[in-house]
Amino acid sequence: MAYLLQHVVNALQWGSFYALIALGYSMVYSVLMLFNFAHGDIFMVGAYIGLFVATGLLALGSAGAVALPNWAVLVLTLILAMALTSVVGMLVERVGYRPLRRAPRASAALTGLMIGITFETLNLALLGAKRRSFPALIETTSYQVAGVSITNTKIMIVVISLLLMLALDQFVRRTKWGMAMRAMAVDIFVVPLMGVPINTMAALTFALGSGLAAVAGVFFGQAYPVLEPYMGMLVGWKAFVAAILGGRGSVLGAALAGFLLGFIEIFVAVVFPSTLRDLIAYSVILLILTFRPYGFFGEPYSARLRL
Amino acid sequence: MLTVENLRVSYDRIAALHGISFHVEEGEIVCIIGANGAGKSTTLRAISRLVPAEPGSKITFRGENLLRYPPEKVVSQLGISHVPEGRRLFDNLTVMENLRLAAFARKDHQQIERDLERVFSIFPRLKERITQKAGTLSGGEQQMLAVGRAFMSGRRMMLLDEPSMGLAPLLMMGVFEALGELNKEGTTILLVEQNARMALKFAQRGYVLENGRLVLAGTSQELLDNPDVKKAYLGG
Repeated sequence: MAYLLQHVVNALQWGSFYALIALGYSMVYSVLMLFNFAHGDIFMVGAYIGLFVATGLLALGSAGAVALPNWAVLVLTLILAMALTSVVGMLVERVGYRPLRRAPRASAALTGLMIGITFETLNLALLGAKRRSFPALIETTSYQVAGVSITNTKIMIVVISLLLMLALDQFVRRTKWGMAMRAMAVDIFVVPLMGVPINTMAALTFALGSGLAAVAGVFFGQAYPVLEPYMGMLVGWKAFVAAILGGRGSVLGAALAGFLLGFIEIFVAVVFPSTLRDLIAYSVILLILTFRPYGFFGEPYSARLRL
Repeated sequence: MLTVENLRVSYDRIAALHGISFHVEEGEIVCIIGANGAGKSTTLRAISRLVPAEPGSKITFRGENLLRYPPEKVVSQLGISHVPEGRRLFDNLTVMENLRLAAFARKDHQQIERDLERVFSIFPRLKERITQKAGTLSGGEQQMLAVGRAFMSGRRMMLLDEPSMGLAPLLMMGVFEALGELNKEGTTILLVEQNARMALKFAQRGYVLENGRLVLAGTSQELLDNPDVKKAYLGG
């Protein structure tokens, strides 16, 4: 029992990463009818920005300039990484996707892939092929609860991730920007007639998604402290699967599917050899999509994209 | 108030409007009638800046060059709202959300609340359904919401694209009555319709659009009496 619970805790943490990244995919797909295939690499960029902010702040501390306690470094790292990665996301939208808004969707998808490769190779060119380790910002304490060991890092990751998802959900449901995002999902053509600037909305959507990816990046750095230029590839693809599984336009769906992916992956590895993990996990998802092609909360839709 | 000169629009190099000119004065109700595909919707979309006008086209609104404005500012700064063809409500949003979204760019919060009340006083049916998703409304209610939405977004001038489409005669009368009331309160109306008889009864002046060209203009009575109009648009 304790053995299983231990895996539940791990799955929650692992699922948090997928869920945070999946939300960015899901929002962009819903609002702009676009698969932003660069999103996994935005997660990578977010992790690296977090790394530089954190090491910078720690260096300032050890140089005796401003010695911040570690928790403050973590909070600042999260906030700055979110803000800076949001800017990167907005640039991707502005430079990569906006000129293609009326182009065939395939062109936009290709652009996304190319932007992703550009980020990866740029990282390689600027920083070299070596892996970098993310400094631990909170001293790990383990709690033993009913034979399960839970670290404070895990608790923090899961709790903050859930809070951010809740905040996003409320934003989409209750604010006028959220309303405009939901409206764009069904009829982007008519939205300007409501006085809504859709370019601003597109930038906002990318900013929100990229900010969440940055949080996932920083948390990833705390949980598995090694960063490398291709870290966003596989995780990004899997989060994309979660976004589709959740259903277009559903914040709750993308979050749930992210956690489900985490659970399936962890528990498949409990029963089967870990080399079979992805094979089995994604066969299961393929099966789910066969029976629910619109995902958990998606509805058969016909988004109006043209006149 | 609105002056359109030599307006030309093309879709993929196929011309939809071949340089049309017309004007609408403050407080007027003007209609453009024409068959399906004549370019009526394109005319309204060009004014809303949803489709680009070709170089050489000129649109001025209250003395300003309208073509300098992006679509959202035509609504929020010039006050020109547009009820698109087929209503195009946001089906996944509630009635109230549809109305509030239309006030997206407005900062006059107290006036927004008063305007909402005004919409509900014109269309009491909508008030009963504020928490319902727009997609679940009946056709008549949807048209009411589309007009209410336009009222919330900007109301110096309202562009209406086939408001009678798909409505039973009685409902259609109700919608036109409400539009007449808004006009009395100061909203200038430009209407395009396939239902020529209804449109000409409602409007003071009209234009006839054929294959992207304006071929006739006159007061509604003149057009109703015109033998060509009678034959082509009023069923003989």
